[in-house]
Amino acid sequence: MILYIILFLLFVFFIRTIIILKRVQCNNSNSLVAKIPFVKVMAIIGSGGHTSEIIQLIHSLSYTYYPRIYVIASSDKMSQDKVLELEQKLQVHATQQHCKEHYQEFCIEKIPRSREVHQSWITTVISTIYSILHSVPLLLRHKPDMILCNGPGTCVPVCLVAFFLSVIGMKKSTIVYVESICRVQTLSLSGQILYYFADYFFVQWPQLKARYTRATYLGLLVN
Amino acid sequence: MKSLQLLYETRSNNKREFGTTSFDQLVETVITPEVLQILSGRGYEKILIQIGKGDFQPVQDDTHVEQIIEYYRYKESIESDIREASLVISHAGAGSVLETLRARKPLIVVINENLMGNHQMELAYQLFQDGHLYYCKCGTLKETLASMDEGQLIPFCGGEPAKFAQFINRVMGVM
Repeated sequence: MILYIILFLLFVFFIRTIIILKRVQCNNSNSLVAKIPFVKVMAIIGSGGHTSEIIQLIHSLSYTYYPRIYVIASSDKMSQDKVLELEQKLQVHATQQHCKEHYQEFCIEKIPRSREVHQSWITTVISTIYSILHSVPLLLRHKPDMILCNGPGTCVPVCLVAFFLSVIGMKKSTIVYVESICRVQTLSLSGQILYYFADYFFVQWPQLKARYTRATYLGLLVN
Repeated sequence: MKSLQLLYETRSNNKREFGTTSFDQLVETVITPEVLQILSGRGYEKILIQIGKGDFQPVQDDTHVEQIIEYYRYKESIESDIREASLVISHAGAGSVLETLRARKPLIVVINENLMGNHQMELAYQLFQDGHLYYCKCGTLKETLASMDEGQLIPFCGGEPAKFAQFINRVMGVM
C-alpha cells in the first residue's frame, strides 16, 4: 500500500516536472509570476571575468530590484570586494534619486564552490551534491523572485534547487542566465545544463543564437 | 613616450590553464633584435613586460638596444599600465583582451598554441574578425608589427546592459 502511494507521488512529481520544463521551454513561465511591487533578486557571483560581467548587469537593473542577495563562493574574497563596491555605488544613486527606503537592502551569502577548474569528475559529483545540500536552506530562507547568474560552477546547484522548488510548488523563482561574452561558439558547461532549466537564457553572440534557438539574443550586453 | 605593454594575463589566479612555455617564446620573440628594430622604427621607446610565472627573464645586456625594457611578474591592477601604453600585445586571455579594448588601445593578440581549442581563443578570434584587434602567431609577429596600421582598427564599443534591464523589466512585470 505504502509502495503504491510512493509510486503515485513519484508519478505526480514526474508529470509536474515535465509540465514545468515544457512551460520553461515555451517562455511562458512569467504567467507563474504574480505582478509584484518589487523583485527580490538572488545573484550568483562567480570569479574574475564572470564577476565583472554580472556586476554590470545588476548595475543596469532599475530601482525595483531589491533586496539583493549575493551568493559568493566561500573562497572568493575578490568578488566580495567588488560586490561591496557595487553596493556602495547603488546606495549613492539611491540617496540622490530618493528611492524607496528598502532599496538599500542587500546581503551576502557564502556557499562552497561546486567545481574548481580541472577538478576530476568524481570529486565534482560529490562537491556538487554538497553544494545542492547547501543551496536548499539558502533558497528556502530567501525565496527570491529572480535568480540571476552567468555561468560560474556555483550557479548550477542553486538553479537546480530553485527549479525543484518550483516543481513542488513552494516558490517560483524566475531563473535568468546570461552566458559570458567570452562564449562565442560554444556554451560553458553551466550553460549547457541550465539551457534546459533557465526561464530566460541570454547569449551574447549570434553564432550561439543560431545553435541554441531558445536563447535570447539582444546583442552584446556587457563589456 | 610611446610604450609597448606585453601582457601575460591580467589576473594572477586562474593560471593553471595557461602554459608558460609558449609565453616565454613570445617574450623571446619580442626582444629579438629584428623585432626591437621594427618597434624602434615605429617610435616605441619603452617595453613593459608582464612575465607572469614564466622562466624567461629579459636581460638588457645588448648595448645596441635603444629601448628601455622593464618587466614584472604580477601587479594588483595593470589598468594604469594599459592606459599608458600605446600598443598592447597579449596572449588571447579574455580578461586582457577586453581590458585593453575597453581602454581603446591597439592590441595584437599572439595566439597561444597551448590554448588551441580552449574557449578563451573564441573571443579573441571573433574580435579579430570584427576588426577590433590584430591576430597573429609568434612566427608572424614581426610581419604584423611591420605592416599594421593602428588607425584601421575599429573601436570596440562594448555591450548595452540597458537592453538587458529593459527585457527583464518586461518579463518580470515591472513598470
